[in-house]
Amino acid sequence: MMKLSCVVKGTHYTFSSVREVLAKASEAKSGDVMARVAAESSLERMAAKVVLSEMKLEEIYENPVIPYEIDEVTRLIYDDISDTIYKDIKSWTVGELRNYILSSDTGTDQLLKLSRGLTSEMISAVAKLMSSIDLVLASQKMKYQAHCNTTIGEPGRLAFRCQPNHPNDVPEGILYSIKEGLSYGAGDAVIGINPNVDTIESVKKLLTLSHEFIEKWQIPTQNCVLAHITTQMEALKQGAPIALMFQSLAGTQKGNEAFGISKKILDEGYEMMARYGTSAGPNFMYFETGQGSEVSLNADFGVDMQTLESRSYGFARHWKPFMVNTVSGFIGPETLYDGRQLIRADLEDGFMGKLHGLPMGIAPTYTNHMDADQNDQEVAGIITAVAGANFYMGVPGGDDVMLNYQDTSYHDDASLREILGLRPLREFEKWMENMGLMENGKLTKRAGDLSIFD
Amino acid sequence: MDFQEIVQRVVEEVKKNMNSLKTETDQNKEEIIYFPEERIEGVEKPHNAASIEWAQSITPARIGIGRTGTRMLTTSYLQFLIDHAAAQDAVLKDVSDDFLQHMDLHKLETKASDMKTYLMDLDAGRKLSDESIKYLEKSGDKGKNVQIIVCDGLSSSAVEANVVDLLPALIQGLKLKNISVAKPFFIKRGRVWVQDEVAALVNCDLVISLIGERPGLNTDESLSAYMIYRPTEKTVEADRTVISNIHKDGLTSVEAGAYLSDLIEQMLLAKCSGVTFAQQRS
Repeated sequence: MMKLSCVVKGTHYTFSSVREVLAKASEAKSGDVMARVAAESSLERMAAKVVLSEMKLEEIYENPVIPYEIDEVTRLIYDDISDTIYKDIKSWTVGELRNYILSSDTGTDQLLKLSRGLTSEMISAVAKLMSSIDLVLASQKMKYQAHCNTTIGEPGRLAFRCQPNHPNDVPEGILYSIKEGLSYGAGDAVIGINPNVDTIESVKKLLTLSHEFIEKWQIPTQNCVLAHITTQMEALKQGAPIALMFQSLAGTQKGNEAFGISKKILDEGYEMMARYGTSAGPNFMYFETGQGSEVSLNADFGVDMQTLESRSYGFARHWKPFMVNTVSGFIGPETLYDGRQLIRADLEDGFMGKLHGLPMGIAPTYTNHMDADQNDQEVAGIITAVAGANFYMGVPGGDDVMLNYQDTSYHDDASLREILGLRPLREFEKWMENMGLMENGKLTKRAGDLSIFD
Repeated sequence: MDFQEIVQRVVEEVKKNMNSLKTETDQNKEEIIYFPEERIEGVEKPHNAASIEWAQSITPARIGIGRTGTRMLTTSYLQFLIDHAAAQDAVLKDVSDDFLQHMDLHKLETKASDMKTYLMDLDAGRKLSDESIKYLEKSGDKGKNVQIIVCDGLSSSAVEANVVDLLPALIQGLKLKNISVAKPFFIKRGRVWVQDEVAALVNCDLVISLIGERPGLNTDESLSAYMIYRPTEKTVEADRTVISNIHKDGLTSVEAGAYLSDLIEQMLLAKCSGVTFAQQRS
């Protein structure tokens, strides 16, 4: 019999479902308040955490937040986990799971095995019982590699996506931002352009532009244009060069339908990449997620943002992505109100993604209508880099002039490497040395000058 | 020293400081700081300075700004913070009544009765107020091909900067194609999805919202156009077609008017919008 009530400081709290316990045990976030699922007081939040800590993994397994029958995200999560590993741990409580993860006897190998037996709800649950340092320590134990043209996730290395967007997709302007980024060492994860105009012609043009530049300068990396997956697939069909295929994901079928995608479409995209993509692989996909997208799309089913985020990782892992990027703070104050909520979301997401076995990167971002600033963003960057993120974005001066938000800059990228003594990806570091941009892991005087490509 | 004495001394000290401040301002009238707003060319000993200058002229991205160590130079860093401050302030401004009068746009409202509700509760900005529903039921221009809505969204500056040219260009473009256009109106504190309710009330084929985007550092004047063909209860986000970055350094408002009217003509012919429309087009 599942225990759904408890007494805290003399007050009796009762919850009606696993879903409610998960939501109310979440750290305070505005999106959960907007969805009317958040705890109504600090003590109620603690009561939910207590109930959650005593809940058995089996009870979570038996009560997915959205039923298997009506949601393909739930189905994929359940169909992909290892029954054998799950059976070994199903009698653990969430509190015991936390203790196991943080124990000094538990290392990378044990956590990788564990991850194959956990549903996304279990992973979300344990994160709700963890503090910032808990999340950093646990995240550090898990660093997963993937290979497209470069290898991402090796110890001692930190990669960046060069994000050279232009408000009007002007090719030459995009090219200059690529050059600037590369000269700072950003672009080893991917050269990834967000198109303003999501048409096949426009996407093909940007794919060809980035591909030809990479070929000309023999840069060990991959290109990507972050259009809708169906637009990329059509471009690929028409012969456009794609090394990495992009799509945003949500944690519910309804959320994915709002994005215009399904498991079937992603399967087709993946198969097309294996057949027609330009890259070595075997990891061809780049996914983006972020707490709050489902509630913004009325596709949350009364489930908290963090649990839905975890479910999007459970969905993502099916296609063995090269990069999974969690973008927090991109939506607005109605989902993450301020810097504190932003930093918390980044830490949770990095941990939850890794516990799904994913090669995680973080985009700690802020919009100008939320109560967060550059200081918050830089703290989020440092703390998640300490936690062992694989990559960040690289935006000129931190200001995305097309998407209108702030993300980590080329300067921040170079700084994170310097602060933590991290190097670019192996092949890319050699390229930087050959270009005279880096010596012994440090930028040379030539770095930061886009005109060296003249 | 007793308390009275301390207060006395502090008061005298403050007076003295204020006096000296005053004289200083007077003397330094000619020395006001005009902080540069343009990106600096901060690269030390560039390989090709002309190329950096050219690069800065064709993209508003913060490139060619150089560095100290791995950090931004002081000027660039302060410029970034100033632009952030300006963008934060821009969110809180309203579209002026004079502007609406000049453009002959009737003002409707959503259920978001104040800015805080609007920012923190998406649903409030997605539904018309009861009074506005009544207005459309009674006075809406019904049964036309296209209904144009102007919304402040997250930037009133974007509306004021673009709609003056965009709205006439769009209406003219549509009329030349023999597409009937309902009388446009303005919705205060409106989100994109409010267009679904409007479409149902005025029974149009296609509804287009011209809505202020969240302000960026580069500009707070960026406008988006969201279009949907006959929205229903089952409508999802992917059913909308969006053209963003309408501003003087992106897609200009006059160009946008022509482009959008072409696009709308095609959508009306295809009887769909969003991803379905994009796939049909290819």
